[in-house]
Amino acid sequence: MALDQSFVGRSYPPTDPYEVGREKIREFAEAVGDTNPAYADTEAAKALGHPDVIAPPTFVFAITFKAAGQVIEDPQLGLDYSRVVHGDQKFAYTRPVRAGDRLTVTSTIEAIKSMAGNDILDIRGEVHDEAGEHVVTAWTKLVARAAEGA
Amino acid sequence: MTAKIAYEDVEVGTELPPRTFPVTRATLVQYAGASGDFNPIHWNEKFAREVGLPDVIAHGMFTMAEAIRVVTDWVGDPGAVVEYGVRFTKPVIVPNDDKGATIEVSAKVAAVLDDNRVRVDLLAKSGDQKVLGMSRAVVQLA
Repeated sequence: MALDQSFVGRSYPPTDPYEVGREKIREFAEAVGDTNPAYADTEAAKALGHPDVIAPPTFVFAITFKAAGQVIEDPQLGLDYSRVVHGDQKFAYTRPVRAGDRLTVTSTIEAIKSMAGNDILDIRGEVHDEAGEHVVTAWTKLVARAAEGA
Repeated sequence: MTAKIAYEDVEVGTELPPRTFPVTRATLVQYAGASGDFNPIHWNEKFAREVGLPDVIAHGMFTMAEAIRVVTDWVGDPGAVVEYGVRFTKPVIVPNDDKGATIEVSAKVAAVLDDNRVRVDLLAKSGDQKVLGMSRAVVQLA
């Protein structure tokens, strides 16, 4: 069943702050095998002009995707998450995420489309720091594949 | 923000050094822990096959994270990436052996923009399959 178009434009309340830890950044960088010193060495990060170690460009997805759970699990929207695949992902940064950031995410349903029985959901997550400054916007496209025989 | 590549030294068609990244089952378990994405299609072969996949597949976000390393290694400062987007076109299939799979990434400058910015288009393949489409980054150069 196609998702309700009236949800387009709906925003969800900002999430509680997520505090970005330097060890979490290090763990993520190790998991992707990235040895860039800007992720682990404060002095190296400062030499590049950053106030502290920064996170790899895709690190913030863990935070925005968790926030998107508000949308995905909204019983009124009724998305069948067991059939969902990740279609597209995009980030636009005002500045890199860095250790010590306390980030909140505001998720908005940007578009709902139905194509060949698939439901396509575009979620925009606006990420702000504790001072209310914009850090990054994440756009996540989720595709709920049509159920067999539907 | 200190990029080691100068805007003046770059033109459309400039190729970035390509890279090949290995990915094994152990890599996926480590990435699941670090990212918090524990979807069993990334570590449980039985589950993956039950939902119609040929085998365990890599997290799309893992592939996205590897691909941008070609750009961040080239530019020096990962904070120079101001935009990055991809389409997940095919999964990276990761067999349960000591070799796993590889992700081969190449990239070139596709456009020279204002304000010392350039657009880099990336190509990511695993085997002979293109695994990322419309893969683009905008970077701020020195």
